[in-house]
Amino acid sequence: MFEFRLPSLGAEMDEGTLLEWKVKPGDVVHKGDVVAVVDTSKSAIDVEIWTEGTIHELVLEPNRKVPVGTVMARLLEPGESVEHAEAEMRALPAGAVSAGAHAAVASVGDAPAAAAPAAAPRAGTAAAAAPSRQRVSPAARLRAQALGLELTGVTGTGPEGAVTLDDVEKAAAAMRPADRAAAAAAVATTPAAAVAPAVAGRALAMRSAIAAAMARSKRDIPHYYLAADIPLVHLQRWLAARNADRPLTGRVLMAVPLLKAVALALRRFPELNGHHVGDAFVPAESIHVGVAISLRQGGLIAPAIHDVDALPIDELMRRLADLVARARALTLRSSEMTDATITVTNLGEQGVELVQGIIYPPQVALVGFGRVTERPWIEDGKVSVAPVVTASLAADHRASDGHRGALFLNELARLLQQPGQLDAGAT
Amino acid sequence: MRISYREAMRTALHDALASDPRVFLMGEDVGKYGGSYAVSKGFLAEFGPERIRDTPLSELAFVGAGVGAALGGLRPIVEVMTVNFSLLALDQIVNAAALYRHMSAGQFHVPLVIRMATGAGRQLAAQHSHSLENWYAHVPGLTVVAPATIDDARGMLAAALADPDPVIVFEHALLYNSEGELSDAWRACDLTSAQILRQGRDVTLIAWGGTVAKSLEAAAALAAEGIDAEVVDLRVLRPLDDATYIASVRRTRRAVVVDEGWRSGSLAAEVMARIMEQALYDLDAPVARVCSEEVPIPYAKHLEDAALPQPAKVVAAVRRLLGKG
Repeated sequence: MFEFRLPSLGAEMDEGTLLEWKVKPGDVVHKGDVVAVVDTSKSAIDVEIWTEGTIHELVLEPNRKVPVGTVMARLLEPGESVEHAEAEMRALPAGAVSAGAHAAVASVGDAPAAAAPAAAPRAGTAAAAAPSRQRVSPAARLRAQALGLELTGVTGTGPEGAVTLDDVEKAAAAMRPADRAAAAAAVATTPAAAVAPAVAGRALAMRSAIAAAMARSKRDIPHYYLAADIPLVHLQRWLAARNADRPLTGRVLMAVPLLKAVALALRRFPELNGHHVGDAFVPAESIHVGVAISLRQGGLIAPAIHDVDALPIDELMRRLADLVARARALTLRSSEMTDATITVTNLGEQGVELVQGIIYPPQVALVGFGRVTERPWIEDGKVSVAPVVTASLAADHRASDGHRGALFLNELARLLQQPGQLDAGAT
Repeated sequence: MRISYREAMRTALHDALASDPRVFLMGEDVGKYGGSYAVSKGFLAEFGPERIRDTPLSELAFVGAGVGAALGGLRPIVEVMTVNFSLLALDQIVNAAALYRHMSAGQFHVPLVIRMATGAGRQLAAQHSHSLENWYAHVPGLTVVAPATIDDARGMLAAALADPDPVIVFEHALLYNSEGELSDAWRACDLTSAQILRQGRDVTLIAWGGTVAKSLEAAAALAAEGIDAEVVDLRVLRPLDDATYIASVRRTRRAVVVDEGWRSGSLAAEVMARIMEQALYDLDAPVARVCSEEVPIPYAKHLEDAALPQPAKVVAAVRRLLGKG
């Protein structure tokens, strides 16, 4: 058995908050695997493990702030049995192992998600002492929201350790001026409370914003759905050649040509690009593609990249990376939150093949991409193995018809198979 | 002028009897004995048995007679020895006095004032010591007041007599011997507002009647610890002056309600509920209360003291709210 401890993720880091486990008991991990997401004072960081083994016990629960060096998990060495590890643990001095650890492992052993250990009841004294939900007085919560202050990590001095107004004011005063400005800007400029500050409050606010938008969409928009499989042999080859002699940071991800192709195809299908306002569709003059970004702490936002059809591939890559980073840091600009004329969602990383999207009102279309997989592909009477992606379109039948939607997917397929056309402002 | 609560109340009664021939005083031992708490001593000789009437031990009958006299155009002041005994007269108070204005569509008013002693602290045991103000504060059609200060003891009676509808006046038995300065403010006494007796930043103590002095004492002790407590005297228990104590809680963001009644179904519970309804997002701590223990008030001194809200209990409650408990 060996212990995995919170590493220092930078010279200034002396403590961190576990945001999420990426593994669960029973998972086998290899050198370089991401096992957890940890919030340092600067950002959320994917923490890798450098030893091979099997996760035996997740000791640290998410949302706990702990010093560097704290035991986060215990792992079985390759070939080590559970019995051996438990015997070893029993041999440890009392208190070194959290009480109830065995029960917790047993109860979550077959739980599907990494979040399960946090929800599993634990008899440990640490769990009994710390309430599952941070106690914050109503006045303190309201003030923190106004200030854009993250309450995680704020120590409460009120009754039963509750965070009080005074604690919030002191924490806000201790924030660096730049952080303060960023937090205030996020509060001021982002619609629908999408980035309300307190983690719990933010998650709730975002959930209700998503609920409202999606319910409205399904209520008001007569969706039709189309999908097409597109072979990406040429595109993959083109990308590989392009990335071959570039440093890691200069490489272009598959998501970028997909975005660019959507934008270029839209030039010929204005009825898919715009907004349904009042009783009428208003086509947009520019093509601002909203990119659905899932946030680490849960929830979803779809900020826009402006004029995607006119951006060279490298520039689009740069913009996308920047957008994702800022979305996760909650420092988006309001124009990005409101200007999208269509949304693209890519769930390929999650392994799904087909996305049947819900349109983000008042937009009139959403393009989805699944995973690029190797599939048998028949062309010219010959079967070959090709990377294939399933592209889907969810569109508003008030603004366009299935026939035109199908032609759009055809155009998208054509562009993706002629990657040379994707760069610069090619038409 | 420094006077006792008893003198203030006595002067108020004397004024009322002397200035308005419709006013008369009726109750057990108000005449020959001079009042259970000696408030009407000498009145029988001065105003005569027509206007200072000793009654038999029959609360239902003499409160009912008061209702009839009020309906007939007089301004009766009925004294009930303690709130415990008033339960015998509940029918006349709740089913008659409180209802006639409503049931007659405003044709009949009952300008009746009922004074009663309330509260514990004098080793009179359970049947003479309870605080049932909340029973009456529950009933529409009644105005319920609890003079806690010398000014209110002096001024509230005239306001109650001027009210065309029934007013219940609760006089805490421990207050009669208390002394204080009578200011000119008594002339402006109303039956509508709560009053801030002490200003503070950190917590609002909400009290009335017998718990006002205890809350002021607690505030003084807290000040020594650097905790700045505001004290609100509700004065009027029905209708509650929400505006005053809610505004105070919004400023201090913490509240402790101090109520000599029992906790369950208490007036404190009502005040707390209103704070939740109106000021939840201003609160920086849960609202707390200090009430009597849920036992019949004991006779033995040490047990009686232990059963009642005391300044030390208020201080402890405030410390907990500030995370210092």
